[in-house]
Amino acid sequence: MTKSQLIQMVADRHNLTRQDAEAVVSTVFSNISQALEDGDRVELRGFGAFSVRPRDAREGRNPKTGTVVHIPPKKTPFFKAGKEMRRRVDGVD
Amino acid sequence: MTKADIVESVYQKIGLSKKESAAIVESVFEIIREQLEKGEAVKISGFGNFTTRNKRPRQGRNPKTGEEVEISARIVVTFKPSQILREKVSRPSAGST
Repeated sequence: MTKSQLIQMVADRHNLTRQDAEAVVSTVFSNISQALEDGDRVELRGFGAFSVRPRDAREGRNPKTGTVVHIPPKKTPFFKAGKEMRRRVDGVD
Repeated sequence: MTKADIVESVYQKIGLSKKESAAIVESVFEIIREQLEKGEAVKISGFGNFTTRNKRPRQGRNPKTGEEVEISARIVVTFKPSQILREKVSRPSAGST
């Protein structure tokens, strides 16, 4: 499913115009993105939690030339599925 | 940040009641769960992709007792952030609110 299909399903379920459904879906994801950019954690009960995890600096290698390059420490988005999500996806009760 | 903050933001942007805003936000997450439950990937451009993976059974250990236990085969959800989200998080823009 793509974002545009998600928007269509939201519109159908709530009798919204496509424009309104698109505004909702975009707001949801831009809010989560902004929170992560600010280093905040986003906890969505029954769905999961988004957080920012630090990654240590490491030595990498340019796969083309083979030269060793230093990769500085960075932060990366992380998602942990919530209980209800895990239970439903795994299909065991 | 929680769902309530997202609902508030949707409520302020779109001319819907708070109750309806809450129901629609819940639907967004519910639809994603339904797709993943069916084994379908969910791709949100500019944000990231949610996919399911089949995990084989493996040996684990109870961290408290040190006892070996078998972790059963299962289906798990993974999230791969988009390049855009990765860059935002890795290099936060100055003065962001």
